[in-house]
Amino acid sequence: MPLTREQIAKRISQEVQPNYVVNLGIGIPTLVANYIPESMGVMLQSENGLLGIGPFPLENEVDADLINAGKQTVTAVKGASFFSSSDSFAMIRGGHVDLTVLGAMQVDQEGNIANWMIPGKMIKGMGGAMDLVAGAQRVIVAMQHTDKDGTPKLLKKCTLPLTGVKCIKKIVTDFGVLDITPQGFVLIEHAPDLSPEQVVSATGASVEISKECRPMKI
Amino acid sequence: MNQKVFKDAKSALTGVKDNMTILVGGFGLCGIPENLIVALKETGVKNLTCVSNNAGVDDFGLGLLLQTKQIKKMISSYVGENATFEKQFLSGELEVELCPQGTLAERLRAGGAGIPAFFTPTGVGTLVAQGKEVRNIDGRDYVLEKAIKGDFALVRAWKGDKFGNLIYRKTARNFNPMAATAGKITVAEVEELVEIGDLDPDQIHTPGVFVQRIFKAPSLEKRIEQRTVRKN
Repeated sequence: MPLTREQIAKRISQEVQPNYVVNLGIGIPTLVANYIPESMGVMLQSENGLLGIGPFPLENEVDADLINAGKQTVTAVKGASFFSSSDSFAMIRGGHVDLTVLGAMQVDQEGNIANWMIPGKMIKGMGGAMDLVAGAQRVIVAMQHTDKDGTPKLLKKCTLPLTGVKCIKKIVTDFGVLDITPQGFVLIEHAPDLSPEQVVSATGASVEISKECRPMKI
Repeated sequence: MNQKVFKDAKSALTGVKDNMTILVGGFGLCGIPENLIVALKETGVKNLTCVSNNAGVDDFGLGLLLQTKQIKKMISSYVGENATFEKQFLSGELEVELCPQGTLAERLRAGGAGIPAFFTPTGVGTLVAQGKEVRNIDGRDYVLEKAIKGDFALVRAWKGDKFGNLIYRKTARNFNPMAATAGKITVAEVEELVEIGDLDPDQIHTPGVFVQRIFKAPSLEKRIEQRTVRKN
């Protein structure tokens, strides 16, 4: 059985260090926040101008002027700050965000990522994704290993328009954890119910199985 | 004494014409100048180029001007919430320049700050960089992006005084400060309009020099796109 979205998020939360400033993209990445203990002193950054995203509000706390990048109403933690979008992207582009987690449609063995457009079908726009992959200190991709019909999303070469070039070094999917090195994909962990070979055969490029490859601990 | 105070959105938009470039503050529906957008629609001006991070939703925000086909071109970073937009875009009716959010923010900031163009790493190697100069600086490639300025800038703030000093509230700030600096005529709609001297100079986010016209919003819907709550 591949991992659930929650389990992918939980595994990614293990990459978060104390006092990190972290930006979480919409979708699976937002779930990572649920697994970061308050005691770690992590500050969640929202590209629309908030450092210190708190939990969703109670009914009577909802404030239309306080939303996250996914347009959901949120709260702000103690020590939070509000600022403009140009200041927000100075934070992001200027390398002040320790970790960003975002989704992907495709990632290839060179570390290219595509997550903003399907020509002729879906053109929602890139939002902050291009700035995040260009600016964050560390980037982790959270994604499904294949499409619903089993088509690989980890490829030799992205076919969709790129979000960033040679910027991805770590991917967590519902099948496992892969690093991208100059030699390509390396499988370092596999979902507990799958074998490393199953992960490799669902990948659209060659994958080196690390000598230390082990089941994900979630 | 400079008279910046107008009685309503309609009068504050005097002089807006066809073919103008209009900068509009807001992120999603948060911090959008709601009354100015409706008034802009009601002027009937067309062939507008609108610069705004998002395009509103179908029946609120800039989506209203898409429905009346008053917009010829949008410059935005994300238009996913608006089905009318996506449809007009995919069919070719609407010209769209999709610009990374950080680049859009900086283009507006630069436009108000007298910086004609700047280099950014964002979008290098992607469609965004096509046709633009790419330069290697200290070992990394950067793409040259140009500043954006508007004939009008429509912004929304929490408090403003009669000199045009503005204070924003929480995440309703977003693109408003940069848009305010980059408009030839900046119009601010505010929740509270106060006398000169009522605002603490240390608290001001947009100094009044950037604002040409200001009026008190009669009401604000402050629609929420994704009302999300937790149980107690």
